[in-house]
Amino acid sequence: MATAAPTLPLLLRELEAEAIYIMREAAGQFERPVVLFSGGKDSITLAWLARKAFLPAAPPMPLLHIDTGHNFEETLAFRDWFAARYGWRLEVRGVAEAIARGRAAEEPGPHPSRNAQQAVTLLDALQELGSDCALGGGRRDEEKARAKERIFSHRDAFGQWDPKAQRPELWRLFNGRHHPGEHFRVFPLSNWTELDVWQYIAAEAIPLPSLYFAHRRRVFERGGLLLADTPPARRGEDEPAREARVRFRTVGDATCTGAIESEAETVEAVVAEIAAARVSERGGRLDDQRSEAAMEDRKRQGYF
Amino acid sequence: MGLMVEPARRAAAGAAVRVGTERRALRFCTAGSVDDGKSTLIGRLLYDSRAIAEDALQALAGASQRRGEALNLALLTDGLRAEREQNITIDVAYRYFATPRRRFVIADTPGHTQYTRNLVTGASQAELALILLDARKGVLPQSRRHAAIAAWLGIRHFVIAVNKLDLMGWSREAFERAAGEMRAYLGRLGAHDVAVIPVSALLGDNVVNRSANMPWYDGPALLEHLETVAVAPRGGACGFRLPVQCVLRPNLDYRGFAGTVAAGRVRAGEEVLLLPSRRRTRVRSVAQAGEAVAEARAGEAAVVTLEEECDLSRGEMIVSAAAPPVAASRLRAALCWMAEAALERERAYILMHTTRATRAYVERVEHRLEIETLAETPAEKLEGNEIGRVTITTAQPVFCDRFADNPETGSFILVDPHTNATVAAGMIEAAEGEGGRAGVPGERAARAGANIGRARREARQGHRAGVVWFTGLSGSGKSTLARGLERRLFALGCRTVLLDGDALRRGLSNDLGFSPADRMENIRRASEVARLFYENGCLVLCAFVSPFRRDRAFARQGIGRGRFFEIHVDCPIEECRRRDTKGLYAAARAGALGDLTGVGQAYEPPQAPEWVARTAERTPEAVVEELVALLRARGLLPDARTPRAR
Repeated sequence: MATAAPTLPLLLRELEAEAIYIMREAAGQFERPVVLFSGGKDSITLAWLARKAFLPAAPPMPLLHIDTGHNFEETLAFRDWFAARYGWRLEVRGVAEAIARGRAAEEPGPHPSRNAQQAVTLLDALQELGSDCALGGGRRDEEKARAKERIFSHRDAFGQWDPKAQRPELWRLFNGRHHPGEHFRVFPLSNWTELDVWQYIAAEAIPLPSLYFAHRRRVFERGGLLLADTPPARRGEDEPAREARVRFRTVGDATCTGAIESEAETVEAVVAEIAAARVSERGGRLDDQRSEAAMEDRKRQGYF
Repeated sequence: MGLMVEPARRAAAGAAVRVGTERRALRFCTAGSVDDGKSTLIGRLLYDSRAIAEDALQALAGASQRRGEALNLALLTDGLRAEREQNITIDVAYRYFATPRRRFVIADTPGHTQYTRNLVTGASQAELALILLDARKGVLPQSRRHAAIAAWLGIRHFVIAVNKLDLMGWSREAFERAAGEMRAYLGRLGAHDVAVIPVSALLGDNVVNRSANMPWYDGPALLEHLETVAVAPRGGACGFRLPVQCVLRPNLDYRGFAGTVAAGRVRAGEEVLLLPSRRRTRVRSVAQAGEAVAEARAGEAAVVTLEEECDLSRGEMIVSAAAPPVAASRLRAALCWMAEAALERERAYILMHTTRATRAYVERVEHRLEIETLAETPAEKLEGNEIGRVTITTAQPVFCDRFADNPETGSFILVDPHTNATVAAGMIEAAEGEGGRAGVPGERAARAGANIGRARREARQGHRAGVVWFTGLSGSGKSTLARGLERRLFALGCRTVLLDGDALRRGLSNDLGFSPADRMENIRRASEVARLFYENGCLVLCAFVSPFRRDRAFARQGIGRGRFFEIHVDCPIEECRRRDTKGLYAAARAGALGDLTGVGQAYEPPQAPEWVARTAERTPEAVVEELVALLRARGLLPDARTPRAR
């Protein structure tokens, strides 16, 4: 097991200590916390930190994956491997099942997003698991609505976020008190940047899905982004595919996550690429380009 | 390419990417009145230091254009829909950026008075406050309020940026007038490091690049100052403090206490004091992330094991034996009141301090700070967004230091127990520990009083001690059940005691009323009495409305694990009202009783009671038999077939 040896740079050591403190507070204040796990680098880092926070004991919480059914195969295989490798209990709940049960409906149109349906599935899963706290890998530098969110973020009985009535968050005194039926989203990586996450992954040698590193695959263009030619993306006849050497900066649904052309095959190369990047991480997400307040609107409805 | 990549572990990433990670980030907040241009200034800082990604710039250009504006830099931080619609900032936006010289975390806070609570949020995380003034308007009431709050929250470094000088013909006089007034104000607040910089956020003068328009100013631009300012560590001398966050028990042989060191440092072999038990012991090991380390310092997340097996849980503290904190149940504190409703004396709040939460009430408001004059005037209450000095009484002691000595153990928040909203931020100025430092005389006396231990009494009498606590609305059947159970236990040969709310009210608590604070005190007394009998081996049956969870948690905490039985006597209020055994509901209806639980005051039902007795559906006799079975199943009563327990 890697450790926070003094070799870790000071800034990462501080961010690690802060994240561990937040996770222990979540464990101390809530009855049944879960760690939201998507197989993306932020949630992998979060799960890594959660393990460290409770060693030598096992983390007092399971991983929860809300599977949209639009995931990359590599993500799902990695998820199962990761959970087994580090002894995590893994709960998976599917959007497809929620749609089948009539809890959610597929978005109309040629390229449906499953963001809204994901929120419904997540709220159902939290209720089913009796969970009053979902730890997520969200970071404030990702997006402007996230930049406004508290570390301990309250959700009402309908899972909704009210950005105008957020509780003050003083010093390190996190107030997780809630009424039955309400829950909290807790974000231990709030103060991390994309580069911090990558530097930490490098320093700790955290395993990642291969999608994050340069590889050859068939891609096509949509909305200015390069999408992988996978079945969920439903490539149209007017969208010609080509072979390219790419990697992904974020790993979400195959329907909305854009690839970038890259030669970065190692963590070090990725770190160097990001340090020099002039385009933000979520610039490659079609779901954020729907409107100026796309993320805020999704969050209000209970999204991650 | 394989499924995943597991990179070779290395000490750190390559030298090229280590820039900025070896130095602590500077955390600063913005303050100032609405429309002084805070968001624009932050936008300018990010824009000119090239900290904005291309796609974000494109989105910004698009959004500005749709609003018929040139590049509107404020839109970079005003992320919420309502903020963009109203051109104001509502909540703190956190921004992260780095230059080759330093990393920054900015908390961009709102200027409107009604969002002051969000300024407090931002300021409590910051080491430096950037106060923006509009050169045309000078120092406004809200600028003063922000400066005062920042100073009270312990910020020592300030930058006064006088903005919009482009609209004042780059006038030195306008700059000096505004800056001078604010500097004098901050001086009276005790701020010792104050820099003043003339800027134009709109045009970028003296933000990142020095201005050619103000030759009379030869100081650094804002960014240059932020990159180089030396920040003093907060807090003074304070011994080791480790508030326990959670207890790690991977197996029966290991008990690790996890927490972040709140002050000082700890090493294996050192003598420590445990609070509240006041037990002294030694540290066996200190670990971080599962690996033993030589020591853990303030700010580090650690796991500590102790030489002896000790009962210590969340909310308790491991501290330096040589320099312990004060175990205080009365605190004098500076308070920022953040709720819209005024602070009510005698009303119960939850006080959260380190990892501990306890019921508390404000005994006295001493002063209110007049923002304009900084005079402290006597006050009866604090309204929304006011700051003042108060005296607070807590149900359980908190282990604290003065805020000036250690902000971690010197700060607290107050939470409204009904809405769960955070209503106040407190900074401890003085703490009364009755018996001096770490003195909890009441507790010590009681523990020392056990002449013959409980275990010996239990062994002789053949049953174990315990507390059965009946809680529920008036008329739900608490007393009936308690009396029935007592007769049944007495018949089984048990030593029993019955504590009934009404009886206690007539005697021991006849000086108390029915305000939340008095109810809390009543339950505290009942809990203490129950504990004394429990320690003497009795089965104690308590029948109290006890509407607040915190109070019941207080009662539970004095009793051993598995020996406290919270029985929720659950009966619909319509049925209680129909029974109205004491005529209380009729009195409440007639208006003679404003604070009857379930009518004028809330009842907080137990979240995890040991048993729920539905008295509208079952007879008292049936419930009593169920409770006897429960006590038997939990090992308090001997098994029916073997007359004596081992």
